[in-house]
Amino acid sequence: MMILLGAIIFWLAMWAVNAWLAHRGSSRAIRIIVPIIFGITVVALWEWLVWGWDINPVLLPAPSAIYAAFIGNIPTLWADFLQTFVQGALTGYIIGCGAAFLTAVAIDRSPFLQRGLLPIGNFVAALPIVGIAPIMVMWFGFGWQSKAAVVVIMVYFPMLVNTVQGMKATDPMQRDLMRTYAASYPQRLMKLRLPAAAPFIFNGLKISTTLALIGAIVAEYFGSPIVGMGFRIQTELGRLNLDMVWAEIVVAAIAGTAFYGLVTLLERAATFWHPSQRG
Amino acid sequence: MSEQAVIQADNLSLTFQTNDGPVHALKDVNLTINKGDFVSFIGPSGCGKTTFLRVMADLEQPTGGAISVNGMTPEAARKARAYGYVFQAAGLYPWRTIEKNVRLPLEIMGYSKAEMVTRVAQALELVELTGFEKKFPWQLSGGMQQRASIARALAFDADLLLMDEPFGALDEIVRDHLNEQLLDLWKRTGKTICFVTHSIPEAVYLSTKIVVMSPRPGRVTDVIESPLPKDRPLDIRESKDFLDIAHRVREGLRAGHGDE
Amino acid sequence: MRRFWHSAGPVLTIVAAILLGWYVLAVILNMPWTLDRMERAGESLSFTERVADTWAQDKPRLPAPHQILVELYDTVIDKKITSKRSLVYHSWVTLVPTVAGFALGSLLGILLAVGIVHDRTMDMSVMPWVIASQAVPIVAIAPMIIVVLNAVGISGLLPKAIIAMYLSFFPVVVGMVKGFRTPDRMELDQMRTWSANKWQTFWSLRWPSSVRFLFPSMKIAISASLVGTIVAELPTGAVAGLGARLLGGSYYGQTIQIWSALVMASLLAALLVMAVGMAERITMKAMGMAR
Repeated sequence: MMILLGAIIFWLAMWAVNAWLAHRGSSRAIRIIVPIIFGITVVALWEWLVWGWDINPVLLPAPSAIYAAFIGNIPTLWADFLQTFVQGALTGYIIGCGAAFLTAVAIDRSPFLQRGLLPIGNFVAALPIVGIAPIMVMWFGFGWQSKAAVVVIMVYFPMLVNTVQGMKATDPMQRDLMRTYAASYPQRLMKLRLPAAAPFIFNGLKISTTLALIGAIVAEYFGSPIVGMGFRIQTELGRLNLDMVWAEIVVAAIAGTAFYGLVTLLERAATFWHPSQRG
Repeated sequence: MSEQAVIQADNLSLTFQTNDGPVHALKDVNLTINKGDFVSFIGPSGCGKTTFLRVMADLEQPTGGAISVNGMTPEAARKARAYGYVFQAAGLYPWRTIEKNVRLPLEIMGYSKAEMVTRVAQALELVELTGFEKKFPWQLSGGMQQRASIARALAFDADLLLMDEPFGALDEIVRDHLNEQLLDLWKRTGKTICFVTHSIPEAVYLSTKIVVMSPRPGRVTDVIESPLPKDRPLDIRESKDFLDIAHRVREGLRAGHGDE
Repeated sequence: MRRFWHSAGPVLTIVAAILLGWYVLAVILNMPWTLDRMERAGESLSFTERVADTWAQDKPRLPAPHQILVELYDTVIDKKITSKRSLVYHSWVTLVPTVAGFALGSLLGILLAVGIVHDRTMDMSVMPWVIASQAVPIVAIAPMIIVVLNAVGISGLLPKAIIAMYLSFFPVVVGMVKGFRTPDRMELDQMRTWSANKWQTFWSLRWPSSVRFLFPSMKIAISASLVGTIVAELPTGAVAGLGARLLGGSYYGQTIQIWSALVMASLLAALLVMAVGMAERITMKAMGMAR
């Protein structure tokens, strides 16, 4: 009871601090510090309750235990990261997004193919494509190649749909202008269509980052060599080593946000001119 | 041969097929525009003035009659880059600086690097935008954006300038200023200008020739040769000649409406 | 009729091309096995017989579309719904937690969005984490939730529903915060001139303007829920559900079973998204916002 009371008092106190900060303005420093305080509060409460109520680590390990597992297993986590993220997710991401981009450019001059592919792409993007994983594992083996293949299929359609829509995003006046210059097709493509499509293309790239990581991890549940983030989660779950599972989830979270953040930075550099980026 | 036809339209017609039946955007339009003319097209919306301009620019295909631009078909003229076109909105590319926007047609037309630099500088000077080269369009006011789009149309060698209500979205004060600048530019460069507007004072102030049009079907109802001198200070708009022409334009517009 | 072909023609053409490509690919992928068997049996088959054989194997690398259809017919229509071999049964096992979790998750998402829009502290504390969570592959924790809840004796529908809830929660929060914030300065000022209170502003301005955002994020949410439920059925040796069918198929190399489960899951996803789309159209029509 005292434990719970302590937790509630701590929560209210920290919330009061944040409320006080939040109503003092919205400077950059406050915008950064308020969510950090919130995050620290959650982690501290978690630690406190696990310790106070003596929660079985098989159910929920304390943050300190997760941290210890993380620090103690860096070589393993790193190897898993390389296997799943770099070889599986990243390779598939580059191939899939690249192929989708090329397809979009290739069908750019065929309204017929676009009318056909857009609804199909939209439809497929809503399907649980990750289910293709067992097939890919049968075709390409347990190694990273099958994971990359799953990722390719997962990112292909969202990227295709976004790019095709982006290349239609020029306004009629800008197209007329190109016509008055008697611009050739490659000139129109390079000088107008692709720059105008950039915000859409980056949207596709951002959606794809998360999909790539999901695909690479989930595909490992269907078979993998004895390394990889999905493999680790599955086997450590089997041994009820929850701290190690959580450590692997931390790696996935860091990799996911870093990847997403990197693409967002690129987006900012490339589409600084778009109203959504001018702020 | 001091006067030579830049635009020659004979019985020009254009009919759009829509779901509500055919729309006669232009019907039997006859018009000659000579080199060095400043021609305004005025009329209520739907009278085909913009359509006419777009036909000259090969952005629309006529369905009847004939039209020549510089003695060629509009398509040949477009491919020969015979004209510069200024749209209602500036339509600058937000990802390019002002300088690079003006450079765009030059890049497409394959000018040399050195020539691009001098031409861009010249064009920006003509519209008084020197010093704003590195700005992005969205960092400038609407009037400045429109001036940049005029510079873009001036950057390459076209003797013909087609302008579709270029100042329509701007406020009165900015518009007056740009009108003055445009007249000055026309005098200095000797270009032929076709200018679509729905403002009577603007049309009278700018033009050597005013083409009054009326809708349903779109046609020319009056062509007025302006007696105003080439030098036109802003206060010419209070002179008797000016008011007489404005009156005749207004009459022409009213007559066009009368037979609906 | 011409309108119909204008939009359906290209789609049907591409679907036909995909089917054709599928059959060709099936021949290429399954041919080695056919040749191998032919050699061992000492038979010599003609080309057409070989091709026919690649489309009729028991465990092909890539089953032909008609084989999947036959399997679907067998397991959907021929089997009793209560049978463990009926795909309808497995779909149901997956569908219930998906929908339950989705409904709960959407509700919670909307509530949190309301809180975020009205409370500055909540906005600044929670919103950055919600946004960051979009980049995290949350699905990866699905198996853990199942195992943990199993350890405390909770199994069956509930753990999967929790995962589905968790996955549909985030897109709805993000979409609704955006939606609640669409009213611009002028519209809000208008409300102020009438001295409307927070709740009046919410019900007559913020809520109606957010509907345009609600349904698209619910479409994302429901397909995420389905993926979550399927993934939740994977690593725990679940015996029922579409995920279990996928896993079972992959253990025993039953490719036709995998593909039919996949097609079923796709149909389910399409139906769920269509149901949300239908709700969207009805709501938009009722609110006079239909296009």
